[in-house]
Amino acid sequence: MNFLRTLLVRREAGIAVMIVLFCLAVGAVKPQFLSLDQLRIILLLTPLIMIAAMGQMMVIVARHVDLSIGSTLGFSAMVSGMLYRFDVDWFGFDVPWWTGIPVSVVVGALLGFGNGVLIQLFRLPAIIVTLGTLSLYRGLTFIISNAKQIDRQWIPSEIKGLSQTSPFTFPEFLPIVGKFNIPWIVILAFGIAILAYLFLMHTRMGRQIYAIGSNPVAAPLRGINVTQVNLAVFTISGALAGLAGIMYASRWGFVNPSNTGNGFEFQVIAAVVIGGVSINGGVGTVLGTVLGVLLLGCVAAALPLLGIPGTSQAAIYGAVILLALLIDRTVRRQGIVSLKRVRP
Amino acid sequence: MTDPTNKAEPLLSARGISKSFAGVEVLRDVDLDLMPGEIHALLGENGAGKSTFAKIVAGVHRPTRGTLRLNAETVDIPSPLAAQRLGITLIHQEPISFPDLSVAENLVLGRGSGSPLSRVPWAEIIGDARRLIDLLGVRIDVTRPMRGLSIADQQMVEIARALASDSRLIIMDEPTAPLTPKEVETLFGIARRLRDEGRTIIFISHRLEEVRALCDRVTIFRDGSKIATEDIGNLTDADIIRLMIGRPLKEYMHRGKSHIGEVALKVEALSLPGYFENISFEVRKGEIVGLGGLVGAGRTDVARALFGVAPAASGIVWVNGKVVHITDPSQAIREGLAFVPEDRAVAGIFRTLSVEQNITAAVPRQIAPSGIIRRTIEKAMAHDSVRRLRIRLASLRQPIGELSGGNQQKAILARWLLTDPSVLILDEPTRGIDIGVKAEFYDMIGELAAAGRAILLISSELPELLALCDRVLVMSEGHLTADIPRADATQERIMSAAVPQFREAAA
Amino acid sequence: MSASEMPSAPSSQDAAPPRPTWQVVLVRPETMTFLLLIAGVFAGSQLSPFFLDVAYILRSFTLYSEFAIVALVLTMVIIAGEIDLSPAANMALSACIFAWMQQAGVPIPLAIGIGLLSGLAMGALNAIFVIGLQLPSIIVTIGTLTLYRGLAQVIAGDKSIRVPEWFIGIDKVMIGGIPLPVVAFILLAIVLGFVLSGTIFGRQIYQIGTNEVAARHAGIRTARIKTGLFLGIGLVAAIAGIVTASRLGSVRYDLGLGGELQMVLMAMLGGTYIFGGRGTILGTFLAAWLLVIVSTGMIVANVLPAVQLVVLGVLLIVSIVATNFIYSRTQR
Repeated sequence: MNFLRTLLVRREAGIAVMIVLFCLAVGAVKPQFLSLDQLRIILLLTPLIMIAAMGQMMVIVARHVDLSIGSTLGFSAMVSGMLYRFDVDWFGFDVPWWTGIPVSVVVGALLGFGNGVLIQLFRLPAIIVTLGTLSLYRGLTFIISNAKQIDRQWIPSEIKGLSQTSPFTFPEFLPIVGKFNIPWIVILAFGIAILAYLFLMHTRMGRQIYAIGSNPVAAPLRGINVTQVNLAVFTISGALAGLAGIMYASRWGFVNPSNTGNGFEFQVIAAVVIGGVSINGGVGTVLGTVLGVLLLGCVAAALPLLGIPGTSQAAIYGAVILLALLIDRTVRRQGIVSLKRVRP
Repeated sequence: MTDPTNKAEPLLSARGISKSFAGVEVLRDVDLDLMPGEIHALLGENGAGKSTFAKIVAGVHRPTRGTLRLNAETVDIPSPLAAQRLGITLIHQEPISFPDLSVAENLVLGRGSGSPLSRVPWAEIIGDARRLIDLLGVRIDVTRPMRGLSIADQQMVEIARALASDSRLIIMDEPTAPLTPKEVETLFGIARRLRDEGRTIIFISHRLEEVRALCDRVTIFRDGSKIATEDIGNLTDADIIRLMIGRPLKEYMHRGKSHIGEVALKVEALSLPGYFENISFEVRKGEIVGLGGLVGAGRTDVARALFGVAPAASGIVWVNGKVVHITDPSQAIREGLAFVPEDRAVAGIFRTLSVEQNITAAVPRQIAPSGIIRRTIEKAMAHDSVRRLRIRLASLRQPIGELSGGNQQKAILARWLLTDPSVLILDEPTRGIDIGVKAEFYDMIGELAAAGRAILLISSELPELLALCDRVLVMSEGHLTADIPRADATQERIMSAAVPQFREAAA
Repeated sequence: MSASEMPSAPSSQDAAPPRPTWQVVLVRPETMTFLLLIAGVFAGSQLSPFFLDVAYILRSFTLYSEFAIVALVLTMVIIAGEIDLSPAANMALSACIFAWMQQAGVPIPLAIGIGLLSGLAMGALNAIFVIGLQLPSIIVTIGTLTLYRGLAQVIAGDKSIRVPEWFIGIDKVMIGGIPLPVVAFILLAIVLGFVLSGTIFGRQIYQIGTNEVAARHAGIRTARIKTGLFLGIGLVAAIAGIVTASRLGSVRYDLGLGGELQMVLMAMLGGTYIFGGRGTILGTFLAAWLLVIVSTGMIVANVLPAVQLVVLGVLLIVSIVATNFIYSRTQR
């Protein structure tokens, strides 16, 4: 009984119910929505968002926001793409296929660290700083790439394979799930989510992120190194956006200076806020964020089935953000503070 | 109880502690020894320096001059965190906490050290937290988030935190103001236990009966200096008051009788569930009606409802004989109400804007009859106000934030006088204001009443209520519990009405 | 922390003397913008003789005039302590609605009317969320920015909608040798500059931005004024959107994409304080010209458009750092 009440009160349960209801509703109209093929489509729609959402979630829990992740994704993907494209010209040999992964993560981390330094050093609102770096990093992507796309043939097949192959397939004799497999990229995304959970719930710094978001004024009085934590949070957000960058190359097989990652930040923010992470800081769980990502994935997968053109996706993300704000407000009636008013 | 001053080494000894803010000395050469195992009260009027002293000990402020010795070693306390590490904890009246984190986490946050990635030992944290909370004999679920805990429970968590860091010196800054008598009893029981364990407690309060019930010694501050340190048994209440104010109470405040006219403000059955219920009273022209009670009794909420900041759910209000339904401050102003709010910085001043703009903020129609601001009119009005209220400033165009607290408050009062209100609601008008300026304020309030305005004065300072008011209303937990005419008003009567459980317990 | 125990409490001494006027003027952020503008013109003229050609500058300005017009209203929104990131998306949606209507056979004046009304409605939606529901404008307008742009995409798809030939070219209409959009910008700047500094409405905008709680206690109708500002910026964004449609000759969903950055940049570069309560129309006015000079300079100097993105991003960050620094130093 107590358990049931907790379940009802918990935000995660609400999202899970929403996912189920949504899938059943769509399935009632288009039964093929409730198939394993469709599950695979949904799962493949989500990993990039999920990886970046883990970083964005930490940023929002700490009462900031990072608008630059789309550009960070684009820039890191471009650096790796160019590494694959020009490795022979630059170094005289082919770099191993996996080089792009650490390179993207490190590049992303550096860009995120840059955000953190500006925000923390000059005490500026994250939203304006990252609006600036959104433009700045996108511009840098054009500059380094000379505005040229990295085409399919340059992305190593192993990288592309991460989105297609799977470490294991369910044996054929099993009912329903027979022959079903989960691609590497999805496993990686869930792996990141588990790491994020361990970090946020079970390390000192993870808890300090919640403390800062909960009461930024009191945090330094309790000996929390706010500068260190904020820098770490933005660096992680950047690093994960970078990882999402190389996964973009894996998933789509190209890197384009203008398209790659464009508008990505809004999808991620939508997923995070629908997942119950409060824009007032201090509140939010990894599970909720994962469910938020999955819900968006279901919606995105259902659109073509329902005959809704893909062009309406952005509008839906926008509506979802507003809806999540409404829910957030209803859940915590008291203590709504404007982000802008909080000066660290 | 053995005499704690007896030969034992002091836990903390302060020598020549002075503190200046912006060149103004607020604390002057304070010498004070705190013994292990004593509860030591700091008494004094607002601004006398007791809180400043406590904050210096707790590392919130740093002294301008003087030394602190802890266990006979000179210490420097640059931050609250450093104080905590030295075993000194300051418990705020409304504790600073992390509302989204659990009680257990709030207890341990900032404790110990380790790499940022080291594991959080949850089982141990929760176990420790349970043990500490049990030790205090209170029932709090330590896995609950802090949000939603009563203030009393939050204080308990703070005290538990002091124990967790094994503090030897615990400073309680007016801890009892927001508490119910039962909670006060629990707090006192714990404080005595901590003392008996050999810890030292600094207890800041302005309630003599509490000080008498709890403390071993008192130190009295006045105007930034230490006046006396004595065993509590050696002083009568009259002695303490005399030491605190430095002159007999009678001379401290006085005002002439003004002519009391017809009813200006009448309130009937005003209710806002959760804040106040069934409030009825009236204020007449020329009358000063006090509204007393404990912090959180709902006095400010009534004022805010009358003024339309947070309107009441039900009830009838008459202003000058006319029924009004005020749902917005602008409407209240039109009806002739004015409200000087409690927290000047939050609800009063526009810190970075000029004094002039601050003074004329409530009278847009007067300075801009057609929507366009007439600078000459504005300047003349502001100038006149500054002269009349003797506001000390360098220039009308100066940001108001550069003025002293008292002069800021005068500017706010000036703002409201420009609206020519018939009813003036003053919420703690003299809080945080110099004694000298305070006297000026009392004169002004008296003059305003004499000029025929109805005044509702909310104050937590009993002497202020007693000296200024024609009648004193008292609120307790959202209800109006007393309406005491001037002749019958005493500190005891007001207090006992403010604390209803007190009566029940006595009966 | 109780204000009563803070430093202000004990001093009955005379307050600090005011700073001399020259110092007050010199450290105003607008002064910085003005000096930068002069430096920009000077550097530009070294780069190319075009920069001394007023007609050329004015022509270049038309490319930015729509954003600049919205930035003037945005300045007032920011001074009131809020922010609106959605007007660029609003421009796109209003323009799409307008273009779609006229393509469907609705007479142009009516289509314009509907476009403007939709802009107003978008402002109203922002206002409902921010003022009615008390949610932070910064997040709300990120949501509505996505929503409005997304709806524009729903309406226009990936195609561009053409507008009639005669409707094209508002930027070529000259009034006294100045393109009409630039004239509109200058006139609006004068009007809003006066409103902000000379009327009670403007005065109350500053008061709300400085301390909203105090403003409410002083009887200022904060909700009404802020709603007015959001409606105003919605309407002006719609006008800007339709002007853009006329300038470009066709409408796509990505009209004015990324314009929120330029608008915020103009306001910040002009010394508007991101936390509200401070800033002037003059500053934004100067900043708009500065931005045009810088952008044009980069075009003249054959700088890649990508580098321009970089420069804009850097400028935004530098300008808030500088403004925050100036305000924290001089007006505590």
